[in-house]
Amino acid sequence: MNVMETDIAVIGAGPAGLSAAIQAARSGAKVLLLDENKAPGGQLFKQIHKFFGSKEHHAGVRGFNIGQELLKEVQRLGVTVMLDTVVYGIYEGLALGVVHQDNHYSIKAKRVILATGGQENYMAFPGSALPGVMGAGAAQTMINVHRVLPGNKILMIGSGNVGLIVSYQLMQAGAEVAALVEAMPQIGGYGVHAAKIRRAGVPIHTSHTILRALGEKEVEGAVIARLDQNMRPVAGSERELSVDTICLAVGLNPMTELAWMTGCQFEAVPALGGPIPLHDHNMQTTINGVYVAGDIAGVEEASSAMEEGNLAGIAAAESLGCLRSDEANAQKDIYLNRLMALRTGPFGEKRRLAKEHLLEAMKHASADRVSS
Amino acid sequence: MEANTAKFICRCQEITEEEIYKAIEDGATTIKGIKDRTEATMGLCQGRTCRRLIERMLPASGEPSRERYSCRPPVRTVKIGDLLKDESSKGEFE
Ligand SMILES: Cc1cc2nc3c(=O)[nH]c(=O)nc-3n(C[C@H](O)[C@H](O)[C@H](O)COP(=O)(O)OP(=O)(O)OC[C@H]3O[C@@H](n4cnc5c(N)ncnc54)[C@H](O)[C@@H]3O)c2cc1C
Ligand code: FES
Repeated sequence: MNVMETDIAVIGAGPAGLSAAIQAARSGAKVLLLDENKAPGGQLFKQIHKFFGSKEHHAGVRGFNIGQELLKEVQRLGVTVMLDTVVYGIYEGLALGVVHQDNHYSIKAKRVILATGGQENYMAFPGSALPGVMGAGAAQTMINVHRVLPGNKILMIGSGNVGLIVSYQLMQAGAEVAALVEAMPQIGGYGVHAAKIRRAGVPIHTSHTILRALGEKEVEGAVIARLDQNMRPVAGSERELSVDTICLAVGLNPMTELAWMTGCQFEAVPALGGPIPLHDHNMQTTINGVYVAGDIAGVEEASSAMEEGNLAGIAAAESLGCLRSDEANAQKDIYLNRLMALRTGPFGEKRRLAKEHLLEAMKHASADRVSS
Repeated sequence: MEANTAKFICRCQEITEEEIYKAIEDGATTIKGIKDRTEATMGLCQGRTCRRLIERMLPASGEPSRERYSCRPPVRTVKIGDLLKDESSKGEFE
């Protein structure tokens, strides 16, 4: 086994991990950035649409270009980037179990920043194991990265931004989208994205769900039905659609396995996608030296993931003495303010409250730690 | 067209919703309890898609706990041969 040592190990090279690595390296810390993919950027590398938001958050720039900009900076600062690298476990004393191109490594880090992102929720219904049922993110990777069409006639489950954007991109790629179904009485994502779908003539059925997929060896159709106020299918409202692909866009959940292994404390926060590692303003968990940033700290957006990454990178470097605390605090203020600005409006408000709840819970957790 | 009637929760081990509920009836309260009884989460996905579905079926309990989620290395499918190229890879976090 190869043994490596570093000041700060960042796991995940999405927007959060890239930003954390940049901040930490800028302050002079020795940084190692690890990602299982062959290309860095996390979710960003498959986002071909222009981002929303403000200028600081690269609005109007396409996702994969943001990833490339961040990567250039990472390389300029001399961060060691290890791609095609799976972190399969975390052990006592912040030792990472790593497999890189069929070789086994143990990486000892003084600080670990977990920026592992989120993963798609799955949904089980009769027929959901048939080939042709897939996550919307998987479909997006197929069309935008591998240039392969997953199917010709698609049913999209879920009308959040992911469902809306991926539907549109599937159409651009040449597929027909038969319909979107949404269990809630209203569309989940932004109006601008929904308008594009509607203009293309694709129906969005709210208060509807999928009952089952049809087909012997692969998807040949789907049965959808209307839901009543108690989210129960209305008898007689079933409808059969002829589709060959069913995409699930029913939310993401934080990828927290590595965090669980460190023994840090969690709190269940449905608004952020599930159990989230408790963390403070520095993004530090209840385990000293273990930080979280991005979707693992609550499923939000690339823009907030970058700011959380910035905070974690600065805080980790500060804790190693690479930054004076007045310097660090001045910088952290900038990113905290930007985060506040992001968490406004009807969509941001819910996340801001959920985040505040986490910070509050963290205070009590720290108190417990001191008193016990 | 014929509808597949079984509802698979763990696709790779072909464990149905019914079997998970049976395991819960049998006393399982954690992912590990389900795993020990049904082998769900032990296939190719290593729980990445199915753990979440099972979690929601488990009897409600207040706090999320490490026991309930039971995450152990490896979090991804890694070749055992890669780990065994040497013998010094041991020691869990605790
Ligand atoms: C269809 C779609 C459209 C979106 N559009 C927008 C938008 O317009 N604007 C916006 O702000 N946001 C958007 N987002 C959200 C945004 O992409 C995510 O919030 C953001 O990418 C989260 O960043 P992250 O760094 O936390 O995680 P990720 O980008 O998911 O990166 C995490 C990385 O860590 C790696 N990793 C995880 N575990 C391990 C391990 N054990 N070992 C090695 N590597 C590991 C993963 O493979 C991945 O590369 C969109 C998302 C989707 C799916
Ligand atoms: S679906 Fe079988 S292990 Fe997850």
